[in-house]
Order: sequence, then C-alpha cells, then structure tokens
Amino acid sequence: MQNLFREIGHLFYKELKLEWRQKYAFNGLLLYIGSTVFVVYMAFREIQPVTWVTILWIILLFASANAVAKSFIQESENRQLYYYTLASPLAVILSKMIYNVILLCLLALIALFAYSILLGNPVQDFPLFLLALVLGAISFSTTFTMVSAIAFKAGGNSTLMPILSFPILIPLITLLIAVSTATLGGSEDLNLYNNIGILVALNVIIVTISIILFPVLWRN
Amino acid sequence: MEKVMKQMWWKYLGVFILILVIWFGFMHSAPRLDILNETIRAVHFHVPMWFGMMILLTFSLVYSIKFLRSNKLEHDLIAVETANIGILFGILGLLTGSIWAKFTWGSWWNGDPKQNMAAIFMLIYLAYSVTRSSIDDPEKRGKISAIYNIFAFASLIPLLFIIPRLTDSLHPSNGGNQGFVTYDMNNDLKIIFYPAVIGWTIIGLWAASLRVRLRTLEYRLLKLI
Repeated sequence: MQNLFREIGHLFYKELKLEWRQKYAFNGLLLYIGSTVFVVYMAFREIQPVTWVTILWIILLFASANAVAKSFIQESENRQLYYYTLASPLAVILSKMIYNVILLCLLALIALFAYSILLGNPVQDFPLFLLALVLGAISFSTTFTMVSAIAFKAGGNSTLMPILSFPILIPLITLLIAVSTATLGGSEDLNLYNNIGILVALNVIIVTISIILFPVLWRN
Repeated sequence: MEKVMKQMWWKYLGVFILILVIWFGFMHSAPRLDILNETIRAVHFHVPMWFGMMILLTFSLVYSIKFLRSNKLEHDLIAVETANIGILFGILGLLTGSIWAKFTWGSWWNGDPKQNMAAIFMLIYLAYSVTRSSIDDPEKRGKISAIYNIFAFASLIPLLFIIPRLTDSLHPSNGGNQGFVTYDMNNDLKIIFYPAVIGWTIIGLWAASLRVRLRTLEYRLLKLI
C-alpha cells in the first residue's frame, strides 16, 4: 500500500515535470479556452442565465477532452513499456487521474474567469457553483483518462476518444448542468442533494471499474 | 449451453409463440383506456424490444468478461454478435416507440427520459462497433472492445434506474399516466405480453447464434481459431 502511494507520488511528479517541459500544450489549452469563450461572446453578446451555464459546460467538456486526450498519446509505446516494468498499473492510472483532476480544475477556473469577464456572472450561490465545477473536473478526468487509455491502445485515433466518451458523459453532464443551474437562484431545486449524491456515486463506480479494467488493458 | 443453442426445438417454439402473439396481439380484447385506446397493443411489440435488447446486451457483457478471462476468440464473437442484435432490437424499439409517440404524444421525439436513455445506449454500442472496426488484430480488438463494453455498461446501468425516476416522464405508468400499474391487473394483456417477451428474445438469440456460427466459420477459414 505504502509502495503504491510512493509510486503514485513519483508518477504524479513526472506528469508535472512533463507538463512544465512541454509548456506549449498548456498554453495551447489556454488559447483554446480563450478563443472558444470569445466565439461564444461574439455569437451571443447577451445571454440568459440558463444558457450561460449550459454553454460554459459545453466549453469545459471540449476543453477537458483536449486536455486529457494527450495523457497517453504524448508518450511513446516504448516509454509506456518502460513504466510497465517500473510501476504497477494501478499507480499509472491513479496518478494520471489525480493529475488530470487538478489540471481540469485549474482550466475550469480559468475558463470561468474569462467567461465571467466577457459574459457576466449570474451565479448566486458561488460555493455551490465551485463544488459543481470540482465535481465536473473529477467526472471528466476519470472518464476521459480511462477512455483515452482505451483509445490509445486502439491505435491512437483522435476521433475515437469523443465517440467513446461522450455517450458515457451525457448523463453526468446533465446532472452537472442541473446542479449548477440550481446555483442561479430562483426556484429551489428539491433534487439538488440527490443529484450531487448520484454524481459522487457515479464517479466512485467509474474509478472502481477503471481500477479493475486498466491492468487488463495495460498488460496488452 | 452451446449444445442447446444448436438444437431446433427452441427456435420452433419461438416462431410458434410469435405467431400466436401477433395473432392474439391484434385480435384479443384489450382494455379501453383514455388517450391510449387501441395503441395499447404496442405493448406486445414495442416493450419486448427493450427486454430483448437488455437481455442480449447482458449476454454481450457476460461474454466480454468471459473473453477477458479465457482469451478464447469464440467468446469475443458471441459478445459482439449479441451486441449487434441488441443494437438492432434497440433501433426497432426506438422506431416502434416513435411511431407510437407520434399518435399518442403528438410528435416523433419528445425528449422523454426513457427515449433519451435509449438513444445514449445506441450511441454507446455504435461507438463499440466503430472501435472494433478500427483495430485489425483480432486478439487486440477483442480485448479492447471487451474492456470498453464492460466500462460503458457499468457506468450506465445505474442511470437506467435512476434518471427516469428523477425527471418526469410521459411514459405510461410514470407520473400519473395510465400504464403498467393499471393494466398489470389486466389478464387480457398479461397473457400475451409475457409470451411476447419470451418469443422476441428467442428470435434475437437465434439470430445472434446464426451470426456467431457464420463468423466462427470465417475465423476457422482464416485459421484464427
């Protein structure tokens, strides 16, 4: 167990270093968010609160897909083999998931900032909205990480990742939009805590099933 | 199991049941309910599609797990062909449902939670097919698609039961609509509906088993098995 945590720590540090050395990837994501937000601003100018929330989640969905897509593809097959001899598959998938959660949280905050400046911010209950963002980052990270591993093993085809992951994410994103719409004020959402509970439960299921399946995939 | 699959009696049984279901489904008396009226007979042809689809997809899941444990390509073939027939059932279920919805709810697509869940299922299993066709090596193809099958199934099954309960549905027996609860009491429908589920499922399994046998022969010719 202690060994596992140490491996996760090392691999996490490796991910950070890799990101630092390839700054263009992160800068590219920032630019991606910036230009998408600007496109939305030019298209809408004035926006209804409910639409505001929905469009933000769609921007985050695509930005996250781009951010996580590289997590397996960026490293060569040989280097993957090298990790295979060094670390347990569990450590590999968990370190990538944790790293992606942090990366996506950061991206979500940046996107929210840019979005709020251009299109205003109708959110009333800000802590709850942040909770929704964090839950979203976790959901996107867990699903996209596992699916990007599958897509990588299937030959690194870049269209494969969205078609594999979006159907799985539809229910999650519906719940996320429901939770964040509740932060806009107005009528109270009776299902709010229920929805948050389901989101958490779903993430637990996705992480568990990834932990079971990833070693099989990784051995391949 | 494989031996029973090759015998003929259950196929005759399936055909016999379905002939009776089609005849009595239209001719037998059905309860008169508001709005539903005679369209209530769709229950014999639309609802069994979903039962059949879920049974076939469960077969597919079980054989995906078996394949990962045994690495036998036969198991992979069963998994993919049951999934294919499951997709066919799903598409038929969506079509029959849309036609019914047009005449009772007023439009082809109503954004009903059950409709949306069905659409998500179709997207998942079509993605499963696309993934398969993008990999050439049969061994690898089997493994990766089996992993996706299990991953997708496990992450969606909880929602199948949760989402329709969270939001209001127009479906019979949801949100005060007349439906299963009302006509469950009615023996006129029950006596045809349960055989219909069995009959359609048998036809689905038969179709899948034929496809599996065909693919097995193809694999034998290629000396893969």
